[in-house]
Amino acid sequence: MDQTRQTTSVPVRRPLPFRAQLLVWSALLFLLIILGLSVARSRNTILGVGSKVPEFSLTFMDGYNFGSAKAVKLSDLRGKVVLVNFWATWCTPCQSEAAALETAWRSSQPSGQVVFLGVDYVDTDTEARAYLAEFDISYPNGPDLQTRISQLFNRNLGVPETYLIDQQGILRSIQIVPFQSVGQIQPLIDPCSREINSWT
Amino acid sequence: MKRLVWILGILLIFLAFATGQAYAQQPTPSDDQVNAIASQLFCPVCENTPLDVCPTEACQQWRELIRQMLAQGKSEADIKQYFVDHYGARVLSEPPATGLNWLVYIVPPAAFLVGVFLLYLAFRTWKQSRPASVIADTPMQPEWKTIPESGSSPKTTDSTEENDEYIARLEEELRKQS
Amino acid sequence: MLANFGFGILVVTFLLALFGAGAAIYGYFRKKDRWVESGRRAVLLTFPLVTLATLSLVYLLATGHFELRYVYSVTSNDMPLYLKVTALWGGQEGSLLFWSWLLSAFASAVMLRRWDRDREFLPWVAAVTAITLAFFLSLSLFFENPFVSWWQTSSGQVASMIRPAGASPLIPTDGAGLNPLLRHPGMIIHPPMLYLGFVSFVIPFAFAIAALVTGRTDDRWIRLTRRWTLWGWLFLTCGLVLGMWWAYDVLGWGGYWSWDPVEIAALMPWLVATPFLHTVMIQEKRGMFKQLNMILIILTYNLVIFGTFLTRSGVLSSVHAFAESALGPMFFVFIGITLIASVSLLIRRWNDLKSETAFASTSMFSREALFLLAALLFAGILIVCFWGILFPLISEIFTNQQITVGPPFYKRAVGPLFGALMLLMGVAPLSAWTYGTLKTIGRAAWKPAIPVVIVPVVLAIFGYRNVFALIGFTLIAFVICVTLYEFGRGIVARGRSAGENAILALWHLVGRNRRRYGGYIIHLSMAMMGLAIIGIELFQTTTQQSLATGDSMQIAGYSLRFDSLSQFPYVDGRTVTRAVMSVYKNGQYLGQFYPRYDMFPDDQPMTIPAIRSTLSDDLYIVLVDWEGISASEAPFKVYDNPLVSWLWLGSFVFIFGTLVAAWPDKELSVAPVIVHSAYKASVAD
Repeated sequence: MDQTRQTTSVPVRRPLPFRAQLLVWSALLFLLIILGLSVARSRNTILGVGSKVPEFSLTFMDGYNFGSAKAVKLSDLRGKVVLVNFWATWCTPCQSEAAALETAWRSSQPSGQVVFLGVDYVDTDTEARAYLAEFDISYPNGPDLQTRISQLFNRNLGVPETYLIDQQGILRSIQIVPFQSVGQIQPLIDPCSREINSWT
Repeated sequence: MKRLVWILGILLIFLAFATGQAYAQQPTPSDDQVNAIASQLFCPVCENTPLDVCPTEACQQWRELIRQMLAQGKSEADIKQYFVDHYGARVLSEPPATGLNWLVYIVPPAAFLVGVFLLYLAFRTWKQSRPASVIADTPMQPEWKTIPESGSSPKTTDSTEENDEYIARLEEELRKQS
Repeated sequence: MLANFGFGILVVTFLLALFGAGAAIYGYFRKKDRWVESGRRAVLLTFPLVTLATLSLVYLLATGHFELRYVYSVTSNDMPLYLKVTALWGGQEGSLLFWSWLLSAFASAVMLRRWDRDREFLPWVAAVTAITLAFFLSLSLFFENPFVSWWQTSSGQVASMIRPAGASPLIPTDGAGLNPLLRHPGMIIHPPMLYLGFVSFVIPFAFAIAALVTGRTDDRWIRLTRRWTLWGWLFLTCGLVLGMWWAYDVLGWGGYWSWDPVEIAALMPWLVATPFLHTVMIQEKRGMFKQLNMILIILTYNLVIFGTFLTRSGVLSSVHAFAESALGPMFFVFIGITLIASVSLLIRRWNDLKSETAFASTSMFSREALFLLAALLFAGILIVCFWGILFPLISEIFTNQQITVGPPFYKRAVGPLFGALMLLMGVAPLSAWTYGTLKTIGRAAWKPAIPVVIVPVVLAIFGYRNVFALIGFTLIAFVICVTLYEFGRGIVARGRSAGENAILALWHLVGRNRRRYGGYIIHLSMAMMGLAIIGIELFQTTTQQSLATGDSMQIAGYSLRFDSLSQFPYVDGRTVTRAVMSVYKNGQYLGQFYPRYDMFPDDQPMTIPAIRSTLSDDLYIVLVDWEGISASEAPFKVYDNPLVSWLWLGSFVFIFGTLVAAWPDKELSVAPVIVHSAYKASVAD
């Protein structure tokens, strides 16, 4: 064997430098955190019953205001029972519950304790107006701009969905399927109204 | 007198048409014009489907909306902005470069540069200087001999010599493998 | 009955896999070979067992046992038999079982090889494959069980393995049927191919882990897994191409790749496996890149698991993704464990993965350097893809805002990187090992480069001014010329030395150097596919028009006349709307074409394009349903896709090239080791 070979400078392999290890482990940790959070988020996408509904603002379509304001915040409605209904013109099941909702509104509105808010999910203005006119809807309605409102309630929203919020801003019930009749809507509102009536 | 009224009447009607023309919308935008914009947007409700190929009724409405907006003379940027304002940033095929979204565009080039740096480090390690005698002695490297660096072969290397070297290389390699 | 049997067998197999892993690991630590052997036999046994379970499910599918939830969801009476059988992988539960079946096949095959040599690898190869198998079986057993039945309870319908109290069996008379989009030959072969590709890489990974644990960090594990890697890569590439073909043929949007997150999830393992295939050659030849190879194979395996996780957990929004399920957390835990374990192991052994060769000074223009550069480019593409998938998740978590990272992002970044890789494919065969310099490459390159220079000039003269296209075509021409030149040189050399004619010379040349020339054929196929990609990405034209019968529309020199429309029901319950188009090019009649719009009973539409393919371009006609289709107003969308046929042609050449490269040599496995250790002895201090 050659003597010269022994003088060769075989590069000595150091263990992975500490900084590199730190980088690798922190990247790995970051990745796992993101994945873990994503998995957790994908499994509970709906706001839980009993939790406080986050603040949101609904900008009304012309002619479908609540009061005289152009928009309303949920906090403005504290003290009233709020029924939030997500719908869209391209959603066939929504049409089947439209009449029931309007009827329920007409009977609840006089008391002044209940507010119905129709939120038009990812829709076009002209079509929406035609829809509202067709079903003679009179309760306040507005588009879900940038899907901000629906994201608060259900990240995987599918229309129609209805959420009932009580006077303290707590979510009381969720309806994922369309209402079959007026008889299904009233029982959701009544418990909340009864509560406040029982105090007075 | 009657004639005057007639002429005036016709003139008025003419005028009405003339002014009507001035405010008239542009000719109905073609499907191609709608698609040119729709292909850059994603369906707001479907999963990762471009707006021009999405078959749902909702997408039909949105394409009609684009058509109307084009007829009103709105520009592509206007239309895109409208969609973002109404349906959120996810309708765009790329995140707008605002806020956290800058990271999307910065991280890959930065990581690539880190890679280039690592490559540079590797090359530097490889280039550690060596005594020339060792180079000559290093076995099992038949191939590097084939194309000599220091012009030991004449400038006019003809193909036969090159091929002979190639054959030598081939045979060496084949011998090594068998 | 049979369903319960199938489920029971799966339980047994699951326990057996766990036992196999445990026994092998115990045997390793206690140095008791009997335990290792026991573990090996356990893993070997998993394949026949899983086969029994799978066959049970196939039988249940074929005979329409709709009381099983899975059979109900993917089959129906109107489906032909072959479709019912292949519905095995048509839904989440079945495809998971299919995954397990393929994995057990590979695990058993590895256990069957002769283990009298390299026995030290056995415990960990058995353990890693068995643990992976056990994980996938656990998914089938606890979360996505294909053997659950329907029961009618007082509150509704429920699916479970065991009869709930007070429930009665529910036996539907017909099933929901497979999604019509999946009833296509491409969709029948694509999942098996893809899964085969994924599963194949578990084996090299297992050997790599074994090498790390046992300290046998020389190239032995690479030599042992060379075939697995190559075949796995073949399957993976085929799986990807088949997916492209299915998307092009069936989905009706004129493209083959939409940069959907699930597509990217399947691409990422390929992006790491391809450089791995190359850099292992360098480890075998010069003992370099050991750390890199470990990184690459660990990445490949983890990307396979990650990709499977993304597709099935419901974390991503995608047209391809399976429905959301409870798999997310399980996958998350498994990925966490495998990532942490493999990275820890790698870091611990980092020091031992030092290069073996007496370090010859390696030039940065040597072949080794170019391979490293290629690895960097692939890594770049991987980073773009990975970050593009991950970022929407990050955005949602930190800003609660949903964003889309779509095709423009990927295309802009990936195009130049693939272009650079194309350049490397041309340059690398011309480079010399170790001491090559720029001059070396230049001297070798000038001859094949001559015809290449003409290409952009000719294209420019013919009016093609797109800079990217010119560069792209030039690079492709370069690869083709270099590859043909290499073949030519070899043939001439052999012909001269052995006195053979060209054909015989070619045969022997390739025969005795399969890996190299097979590789060249593969490079050639990549160039062909590159042609198609440039054609369709840069030169696609499209137009859409509503026509009444008798009207015509024009695109790219073609004239299409809408002749008639018919609507009729089909045997499997769908309503077919079929248009007849007469196509002319420059006045010459080319024939009639029939784009279709099928509507399935459950309101599922399917647009089936009419495609006229030639080598130069595809005419792609789609009947779209924008506002209804009628004889007086039928909307047609027509694409002209130049050069797209080269993608499919290239894939055939690719398969051929890989078969050539993978064909077993007559080499004895003993000889190289002897040479190797002799060399090592001579280098020892």
